[in-house]
Amino acid sequence: MEQQYEHYYVPEQSRLPIFASLSLFLTVTSLGSWLNNIKADESGGTSASVFVLSLFFFMAVLYVWFSQVVDENRRGMNSAQLKRSYVWGMGWFIFSEVMFFAAFFGALWYIRNVALVELSEGPTSEILWNGFKSEWPLMITPDQAANGAAAVVKGPAENMSNPGISNWLGWLPFWNTSLLLTSSVTVHFAHTALKNDKKSGLFGFNSMLGLTVVLGIIFLFVQYAEYAHAYHVGLTLDSGAYGTTFFLLTGFHGLHVTLGTFMLLVQWLRSVLKGHFTHHDCFGFEAASWYWHFVDVVWVGLFIFVYLMG
Amino acid sequence: MAHGPAKGFTRWLFTTNHKDIGSMYLWFSFTMFFLGGIFALVIRAELFEPGLQIVKPEFFNQMTTMHGLIMVFGAVMPAFVGLANWMIPMMIGAPDMALPRMNNWSFWILPFAFALLTSTFFMAGGAPNFGWTFYAPLSTTYAPDTVTFFIFGVHIIGISSIMGAINIIATILNMRAPGMTLMKMPLFVWTWLITAYLLIAVMPVLAGVVTMMLMDIHFGTSFFDAAGGGDPVLFQHIFWFFGHPEVYIMILPAFGIVSAIIPTFARKPLFGYSSMVYATASIAFLSFIVWAHHMFTVGMPLVAEAAFMYATMLIAIPTGVKVFNWVTTMWKGSMTFETPMLFSIAFVILFTIGGFSGLMLAIAPADFQYHDTYFVVAHFHYVLVPGAIFSITAAVYYWLPKWCGNMYDEALGKTHFWLAFAGLNITFFPMHFSGLAGMPRRIPDYNPLWADWNMISSVGAFLFGAAQLLFLVIVIKTIMGGRKATARVWEGSHGLEWTVPSPAPYHTFTTPPEIK
Amino acid sequence: MLSNSKRSLVLSVVVGILAVMPVLASAGEWQYNMTEGVTSISKDVYDLHMLIFYICCVIGILVFGVMFVSMFLHRKSRGAVASQFHESLTLELLWTAVPAIILIAMAFPATSTLKDMYDSDDPEIDILVTGHQWKWRYDYQGTEVSFFSNLSTPSAQIDNEQEKGQHYLLEVDEPLVIPTNTKVRFLVTAADVIHSWWVPDLAVKRDAIPGYTNAAWTYVEKEGVYRGQCAELCGKDHGFMPIEVHVVSKAKYAEWLAGKAAQAAEVKAASSKTFSFDELYSGGETLYATNCAACHGGNGEGGVGPAIKGSKIATGGITDHLDMVINGSPNNPMMAAYGEQLDPVSLAKIITFQRNAFGNNMGDSVQPLDIVTYKQGQ
Ligand code: HEA
Ligand code: HEA
Ligand code: HEC
Ligand code: CUA
Ligand SMILES: [Cu+2]
Repeated sequence: MEQQYEHYYVPEQSRLPIFASLSLFLTVTSLGSWLNNIKADESGGTSASVFVLSLFFFMAVLYVWFSQVVDENRRGMNSAQLKRSYVWGMGWFIFSEVMFFAAFFGALWYIRNVALVELSEGPTSEILWNGFKSEWPLMITPDQAANGAAAVVKGPAENMSNPGISNWLGWLPFWNTSLLLTSSVTVHFAHTALKNDKKSGLFGFNSMLGLTVVLGIIFLFVQYAEYAHAYHVGLTLDSGAYGTTFFLLTGFHGLHVTLGTFMLLVQWLRSVLKGHFTHHDCFGFEAASWYWHFVDVVWVGLFIFVYLMG
Repeated sequence: MAHGPAKGFTRWLFTTNHKDIGSMYLWFSFTMFFLGGIFALVIRAELFEPGLQIVKPEFFNQMTTMHGLIMVFGAVMPAFVGLANWMIPMMIGAPDMALPRMNNWSFWILPFAFALLTSTFFMAGGAPNFGWTFYAPLSTTYAPDTVTFFIFGVHIIGISSIMGAINIIATILNMRAPGMTLMKMPLFVWTWLITAYLLIAVMPVLAGVVTMMLMDIHFGTSFFDAAGGGDPVLFQHIFWFFGHPEVYIMILPAFGIVSAIIPTFARKPLFGYSSMVYATASIAFLSFIVWAHHMFTVGMPLVAEAAFMYATMLIAIPTGVKVFNWVTTMWKGSMTFETPMLFSIAFVILFTIGGFSGLMLAIAPADFQYHDTYFVVAHFHYVLVPGAIFSITAAVYYWLPKWCGNMYDEALGKTHFWLAFAGLNITFFPMHFSGLAGMPRRIPDYNPLWADWNMISSVGAFLFGAAQLLFLVIVIKTIMGGRKATARVWEGSHGLEWTVPSPAPYHTFTTPPEIK
Repeated sequence: MLSNSKRSLVLSVVVGILAVMPVLASAGEWQYNMTEGVTSISKDVYDLHMLIFYICCVIGILVFGVMFVSMFLHRKSRGAVASQFHESLTLELLWTAVPAIILIAMAFPATSTLKDMYDSDDPEIDILVTGHQWKWRYDYQGTEVSFFSNLSTPSAQIDNEQEKGQHYLLEVDEPLVIPTNTKVRFLVTAADVIHSWWVPDLAVKRDAIPGYTNAAWTYVEKEGVYRGQCAELCGKDHGFMPIEVHVVSKAKYAEWLAGKAAQAAEVKAASSKTFSFDELYSGGETLYATNCAACHGGNGEGGVGPAIKGSKIATGGITDHLDMVINGSPNNPMMAAYGEQLDPVSLAKIITFQRNAFGNNMGDSVQPLDIVTYKQGQ
């Protein structure tokens, strides 16, 4: 292939896509039957094991896929143009994630400002939900207000909201905010260090990136502690609109932190074990760090709308 | 790099070639169109006359739902992605799509996803029966268990679309041959670029809403349950925030196709190129702020109702600009009426009629009478069938010689057109009348008041279906052989895709072309 | 090539005309337009509809006219040579501005009609309309009057075993009754899934959303029977939950309401009465057909719901049976809590029927009082 201005690299045939599709299909299908079995009060049975296997299969395919991409890049097969395509790809992928979260933030906004108000003030609220008062965090569900002890959906006993600034030191979300904000700074330090080709040393790339990963992991533990506490005091997925939005927003964020931490960890391993990344060739790391910043911004949104204004 | 396609069926499984992938998308879409069409024929057969004849009401609902879902997600969207795959790299002088392996992944998810979706017919509880709009709580608390598979199916279809859209954006922004500035790109490329943005913005929202359903069904949350403080109308807001842009996803690439074909057969440059670009962008922007026109009767506050009405009416303006530009392109041209042109002209006329009924629906007080009647069904089939489907058909006739190197049989093509044209109008025009006369949609049986209109519709539907069989024959016949096509194919065609031989070589533009 | 395509054109036109023939033949008697309805709102809506329709027609004739002229004059076969013009800012501005003005002009009448529709304040009568799968319930606020309104078309007509009546699928066992010249407000809600209460002649269509209420209103001057249907997909029998509104003079309305109230009192009284087995059984038969057969089958053979014939619950202990019917199924919301929907007399009849029909032959019976006691015991 002659090159006139830039060298295109069109990969050869690949088995990866079809395996990725197959394994994705198996994963969701088995997860679906597992969930349905649970709902029908049966045990997960084979579908649970199939799910685990398929998920493993899927991750293995992704692993091979990413290794191959990394390998091609190391062998210098990727043109500057292809690298730009990766940049666009990652950028728009993150945007799609933003829209995914937007749906959940939108739901939170709507429930608080439209649904609950209507439930307590609508033309016949005394017929349908007699005695229901709109409040946030929603401690007494409409069902509870109207049907008392016979209610199916009951509100939580406690909420996780801002306990007042004087109590922040004992408040996990405050610590989580600090952790994530710090980690955004450390990942930025890692980036600058890499730009200066400073990979080792206390403020070098490896240690800064490693620190970020550690902060991410601590965050996840704290989040876990927060959930354990919530369940302990009776705030669960089924405690009405508050539990719903609280767990879904923080939960999806938590999943994204998990993914982000994993991505950073992989980059760290690549750097430490394989010596990858130089200041002009570090897309893998950059992509992971953008993702990390995104996860951080989402958290700030959560902290404000779920915790502070909750 | 290999010079030709690999041998055997693994060529299709493992391919990274945009042309192979484009062909697979198109064939997949055609298959789904037939499947969805067969469901439509079941609907039309049941509605041929009043009374329950062929299917039970619960199965009828499954037919309606799956017809809508398959046509939208299985037929129209993949067809446009297929065309994008085939044409965009050739139109902008790129050797392939930006991310070829991911491209193949985007495709192969689809057959699996639709296999999952259709397999629900054979499961206990049957296929989804809550309409393609799957309003909660009919789709959550009251749904058959198979809804779980529906949800995951939608998830992976969404993943496929998002990856496809990212690929298209990266290709268009990053792979253009030197000199191919944005404002030199063919309109098809422009409309697809904007469509891809729409996809990335709204498919995740669809994923979000089905995730909420999943949580409500399996994990006891209360998104859509008033007892816990949720709201079924919340579902509709989120769904239509996706759903309205979705309908433009199904029409913007069509605008691009027609903007390529009409100038070719009018032998005259497209009139108002830049205003076409701006109009497309305006439509895309407006599509985000009109969603609640599908919800005029849910009881929104008056101000919201009025605001959504005004915003919806505004869309008529940029769309009008497009229609007027096409008409002016034809004006003082030197026109011939080959099959692609016939389909394109029918597109302009019939889509406009569908747009008019859309505008009528946009008038909120009047929509209280139209909503959920066959008038709406008439509206959206006029924008989707002569809109999306006709444009795709036109594109196939227009570019088929480029793809396979043979000319299609013009006489057969024209027969196909006239049969389809007649069949379509006989099917869908009477729906305006039955709808205005008060016939609700999604019902398996009805008062004899509407019997005559329904009978005509059903006859038309079978005629239209037969026309599509002819289409299949024509396409196969052309692939098998026929008069050899020249590189330029059409006397009036312009653009990079016509500079390469027909059939287009397996790899085109491995070195970037010169753009004047 | 040309002659081929001409031939195909002729062919398709012929096919087209054949298919449209019946329309042309009897066009006169067909309803093909929106009803004008019988309220001032419905007439406003109709006028609005016609106005937009005519505007679209005019624009359509202009646009398509230009197209057809161009297709006729500027065809290559007539020797037309293509000009090369391709831009005109003036034109673009013109065809942006003119539609904008038309749209603004249309927005005014639309907004004012919309305002009127929303003005449901100060009603003289309030009726709570509740959508159930698949029937409507009407509660006249401030009175004891409350009843369900079920499809009354016999299933033989639906199954094509009997000639279809004029009001096929648009008729109910107990219509909604409202007086003339009165502002009536409908508070629309639902018990299970979303329904939509629609009567075209009144131009009232409101979604019935479980857990929420929507207000709509009407003011009818003309006596008459007005029919409508549920307008939101609500499951299997969405097509089978019609609405029938009888608008009667104020005097007749008062009489009807009094009668209904008396009936309600009677039912209450009957709750403490003891019925004979036959009274219960035969009453249960009809009630079963209207309320339960949709899911459990006309012969108890089952359908969406399980078979009643030989059912464990219908042939088991009475308490379980009472619990299932009064409180609904904990596992499947389709089996609703009928304790709220039906009065104790009807419940006693249905349960007695279920326990003794279809070969269940339990030989026992349930009295209204049993129901009352059971409900109080909860
Ligand atoms: C390709 C898909 C497509 C397209 C392009 C459109 C285009 C439009 N649609 Fe449509 N629509 C659907 C697909 C589409 N729609 C579907 C699938 C549904 C039903 C979903 C469901 O419930 O299942 C639906 C339903 C739907 C509703 C809800 C109806 C109801 O349920 O009650 C409304 C209401 O406002 C609406 C409005 C419009 C408008 C104003 C446009 C405009 O974009 C049209 C603009 C075009 C023109 C107006 C014509 C050309 C313009 C001129 C010639 C200029 C001059 C004209 C004037 C000034 C009048 N549509
Ligand atoms: C792009 C989208 C698309 C397309 C192309 C179509 C195409 C058709 N649709 Fe539509 N339709 C929808 C999208 C689409 N539809 C949607 C979104 C809904 C709403 C669903 C909902 O309410 O949830 C709907 C709903 C809908 C209804 C209302 C159902 C109801 O409310 O209960 C009807 C009724 O007639 C209908 C009919 C048809 C017909 C006859 C065609 C025809 O054009 C189909 C033609 C194709 C074929 C017939 C197949 C090809 C031929 C063969 C397989 C050969 C065999 C045939 C013969 C020998 C004759 N559709
Ligand atoms: C909308 C559908 C529907 C209607 C109408 C309906 N049922 Fe049911 N019914 C069901 C379903 C579904 C079940 C199964 C519930 C379960 O699995 O727990 C059921 C279960 C039952 C059972 C228990 C049967 C068994 O063996 O498990 C009885 C008894 C019963 N219904 C009585 C009635 C009566 C009496 C009526 C009318 C007043 C009625 N049903 C109306 C759907 C319906
Ligand atoms: Cu009730 Cu549709
Ligand atoms: Cu819309």
